[in-house]
Amino acid sequence: MAVKTNSGIILATVEEVLSWGRKNSLWPVSVGLACCAIEMMHTAASRFDTDRLGIIFRGSPRQSDVLIVAGTVVNKVAPMLKLIYDQMPEPKWVISMGGCASAGGPFPTYATLQGVDRIIPVDVYIPGCPPTPQALLWGILQLQKKIKEKKEGKEFKEIPIRVPTESKPIQK
Amino acid sequence: MEILGTVIGVAVKSLIFIVGMFLASAYLTLIERKFAGHVQQRPGPLHVGFHGILQPIADALKVLTKEDIVPANVDRVLFYMASLLAFVPVIMILAVIPFGEPFTVFGLEIKPYITDLNVGLILALAFGSISIYGVIFAGWASNSKYPMIGGLRKAAVLIGYEVALGFAMVGPLMMAGSFSLREIVAAQDGFFGAFIWYQPIAFIVILFAILAETGRTPFDVQEAEAELVSGYNTEYSGMKFGLFPLAEWYIGTFVLSAIAVILFFGGWKGPEIFGPLSPFVWFFLKVGMMFMFFLWVHWTLPRYRVDQITEIAWKVMLPLSLLNIFITAFIILIKG
Repeated sequence: MAVKTNSGIILATVEEVLSWGRKNSLWPVSVGLACCAIEMMHTAASRFDTDRLGIIFRGSPRQSDVLIVAGTVVNKVAPMLKLIYDQMPEPKWVISMGGCASAGGPFPTYATLQGVDRIIPVDVYIPGCPPTPQALLWGILQLQKKIKEKKEGKEFKEIPIRVPTESKPIQK
Repeated sequence: MEILGTVIGVAVKSLIFIVGMFLASAYLTLIERKFAGHVQQRPGPLHVGFHGILQPIADALKVLTKEDIVPANVDRVLFYMASLLAFVPVIMILAVIPFGEPFTVFGLEIKPYITDLNVGLILALAFGSISIYGVIFAGWASNSKYPMIGGLRKAAVLIGYEVALGFAMVGPLMMAGSFSLREIVAAQDGFFGAFIWYQPIAFIVILFAILAETGRTPFDVQEAEAELVSGYNTEYSGMKFGLFPLAEWYIGTFVLSAIAVILFFGGWKGPEIFGPLSPFVWFFLKVGMMFMFFLWVHWTLPRYRVDQITEIAWKVMLPLSLLNIFITAFIILIKG
């Protein structure tokens, strides 16, 4: 328990207990976008078993704490991903899984969002294409460390980007 | 003065029962997760405390301090009422469940039950039926398509199996000749006096009905994750969500297991090998075994379709329970 100053003893300890609870019961939304989702499922299944750390996947964003962006975010799916993020209750965190979600990966094209941090704030980036289950577990442990130290998330800088709301035919 | 004493006694006992059930249901979640883990060849919660012993506390802290979202388009009154309506009736069933015979400690007679009504079983069934409203209101008030479908499915399943459950309970009742749960236990003498030997059909019907009522796997259509996001509680967050699975999966299953044990396995009766505590030990052993049986079924079997479930309820379970009443009545008539 952290006791720093005489004035903040109770507050500090309550914060500590709450962040302990939050860090040990991270429920991700079961949202998968591309091949990273297969590795995510693998992490949740018997061999790697995220339930060891108290992590169970919930179907509804209203009951989740973490959004694991697993896969390529194309411009067309970006509004839906933003919607899911907005539907989650505070406090919430985002893990950007793999190269595509972090920076566009092997798709530097007009159709792909160059990094999910352009639309939602990201807490942990996991490299890999796709990251192995061990790497995802590493990312989750990093997030737990971050929650425990109560560090703030990466500062959200809105980069202006045109997210199409309707599909248009390709022009030559 | 005597009335005051009774009131205080009942209040204290209710408080103990409710708080005890809350704590017990928190740890029933851990038991379920460990059990599910080992069924699927994984350890389950392992790193939060010794073998996950602190996992329910972490979950409770998180769920209680989560932001409480009420979507803009919901019917507010029903939305708030639904989670309570699902939770309160289930915990009220505890009022009529006896945990043992009265015993004396330091010259003070303690009754390990809140009331001993002569209509105890009917009261339990009635409270069970009220909790349907919670589910239907949750589905309707959320004003969203998946909760709506989930709520309607659950309502269809519950209505079908309430009928079968009620009729199946008539068999043991006729043999005991009373609705009081204590007298039903008193009517079962010795190992071969347990009603399971005389009412196997009723027992099977009640097993199916409990699985359906508590939304466990062969009948968990109301929150089939693959089809409905999370069923009727999709729009709920925080502790308003937490009350639903707590009521349905844990307290509901526990309470209905206790009723099944009282009806069929002789309640707290058993060889006195645990000294003065032996009734309690036997009762909780039996209820624990029943609970584990439901977990085992839940984490092993795939899911029925909705039409198959209601078909089983109306075409198989209801005729079976009626047949059971007929046979029991006939045998009682002949043997006198």
